Amino acid sequence: MTDKIFSKEEWLGGIEALRETYGVFVPVKDGDFHTFMPLSEGKNPDFDYQNSRLSPKSVVYPQSERLFEYTLDKADSEANIVKESPKDYSPKAVIGIRPCDVHAFQIVKRNFDNPEYRDPWWVQHFESTTLVGLGCNEPCSTCFCTEVGGGPFNQEGLDAFLFDMGETYLVKGLTDKGEALLGKITGGSPADDQALKNAEDLAASASKKITSSIPTDKLKEKRTNDLFNAPFWEDTAFACLNCGTCTFLCPTCWCFDIQDEVLGKEGDRIRNWDSCMSPLFTLHGSGHNPRDNKFQRVRQRFMHKLKYYVDKYDDGVQCSGCGRCVRYCPVNIDIREVCKLMNSF
Amino acid sequence: MENPYLPYPVRIDKIITETEDRNLKTFRFVFLNPEDEEKFAYTPGQFAELSIAGKGEIPIGIASSPTEKGFVTFTVNKTGLVTTYLHNMNEGDVMGIRGPLGNWYPWDEMEGKNVVIVGGGFAFTTLRSSIISMIDPANRSKFKDITVVYGARTPGMLLYKDELAQWEQRDDINMHITVDGTDDPDWKYNTGFVPTITEEKVTNADNAIAIVCGPPIMIRFTQPVLEKLGFPPERIILSLEMRMKCGIGICGRCNIGDQYVCKDGPVFSLAQLKEMPSEY
Repeated sequence: MTDKIFSKEEWLGGIEALRETYGVFVPVKDGDFHTFMPLSEGKNPDFDYQNSRLSPKSVVYPQSERLFEYTLDKADSEANIVKESPKDYSPKAVIGIRPCDVHAFQIVKRNFDNPEYRDPWWVQHFESTTLVGLGCNEPCSTCFCTEVGGGPFNQEGLDAFLFDMGETYLVKGLTDKGEALLGKITGGSPADDQALKNAEDLAASASKKITSSIPTDKLKEKRTNDLFNAPFWEDTAFACLNCGTCTFLCPTCWCFDIQDEVLGKEGDRIRNWDSCMSPLFTLHGSGHNPRDNKFQRVRQRFMHKLKYYVDKYDDGVQCSGCGRCVRYCPVNIDIREVCKLMNSF
Repeated sequence: MENPYLPYPVRIDKIITETEDRNLKTFRFVFLNPEDEEKFAYTPGQFAELSIAGKGEIPIGIASSPTEKGFVTFTVNKTGLVTTYLHNMNEGDVMGIRGPLGNWYPWDEMEGKNVVIVGGGFAFTTLRSSIISMIDPANRSKFKDITVVYGARTPGMLLYKDELAQWEQRDDINMHITVDGTDDPDWKYNTGFVPTITEEKVTNADNAIAIVCGPPIMIRFTQPVLEKLGFPPERIILSLEMRMKCGIGICGRCNIGDQYVCKDGPVFSLAQLKEMPSEY
């Protein structure tokens, strides 16, 4: 596997060249925040960032996606028959994704690509995507990836990895997919042992900067109904506005809605990200709603991530520790605090 | 790649208005591509998404039995956007069916046992599927006594009236039809709520499994009756409803705890439900 050093200029030129083969997604400074955007004219990559406001989950799982299409035109012999929409599964590459957001893809994969059903769109988008990670030299105060099975330099789930060494990038190929991508980038020089050691030291010192301690070890052994009926939910949910920012920003939130939309005689069946914070999420046709109250919806979100998921897959929590929901919650509800309450209940 | 979201195209072969308020209609569908019928191999208790281009999809229990060939039927209550549109569709119209989805009644466990079926209102659909399947000559000997308690508000609100009358004539199934009330002097069956009639007519829980399907209020009052009769929670089987979209446990909205009603259910035993959050 490749271990190479690129000057930063060389690297930027290299990813520009990738556009011939890949749809390239990179972090771009957009107002006060960074956003993953397709690399194109006037969209300059900026790797000097902590994390993007939204994770690049939409590259694999668009916020809104056409699934099927049909005609309602009675003159057409195929009227009312739902057909798969054509899809573009040509190669895509996400350059500079943070390890927490890659961990999130691994978590979400369990849902969309399971032994019983494979979601054809998610799976094919995911398989056509090459992920090039960027280690976090300076994690944020809200980061807690190390507490949930990840780390600022975690390479699991990645195809290639970037160490920001100041003036240069040390680039490691991790999979065949990653090697294929790196093969398209010219220049660079082989990394020597000293450079590799420096990269390891950088990773070790970054991990030490994450000081949050969020124990999750007792979640599995708790009885579901004990946690469900715990007295702290009303309190936890008290300030919640049900705005859905947490679910919208969360790289591990996967829930969606399916809707039909018609223009004239042509229609589409589309899916959109949905949120368990909305009362409509569970409203029955009869008017009955099993999660009518705000605290029930807040409880659902935390129980799903920190208990139901834990029980179902027995491999960690449904959270990658990116800290977005902590940073952007307008009323400062903090999953780290809720996790502590649950783990110690 | 196989697409579990893609509905099979079907034609509405027949529409029957079931109830006096005209709010319940049975739709019989024929697959446009005959090979799809084989792919749609189902077991009583399962459901499917009825799919209407331009309107959306709704999860509905399968009312026909696998022993009935050449078609599949669903009885639909007119409630929201899709069901209201469906009620205005005509025989010959083309739409879609996606499934079969979910689990089924515990048929392996039920073999060799007495079966008690308790149904109320329009939730009788998958119970019809079950009864038709059980009384089929190829299957009847697998079960001991079959007892059915089925109630509706009024005689005109009962589903499948012709079949109920036929089953009443049979000696291999104990039928107890009831209505909450009626002013019809010719009403020849029971009058009273389902839990009351269940308590009167079902006398023995030995070697028996109860399958209960109905409105929440009926389920709530039938549960203690069955427990009093001696049915342990493992042998009280319920079928749940929940708002659904994907039907395959992916879209995330129909969960009760870590179980998805669409994929892990809709059939659960009372013993299972007691271990799950009471959020349904």
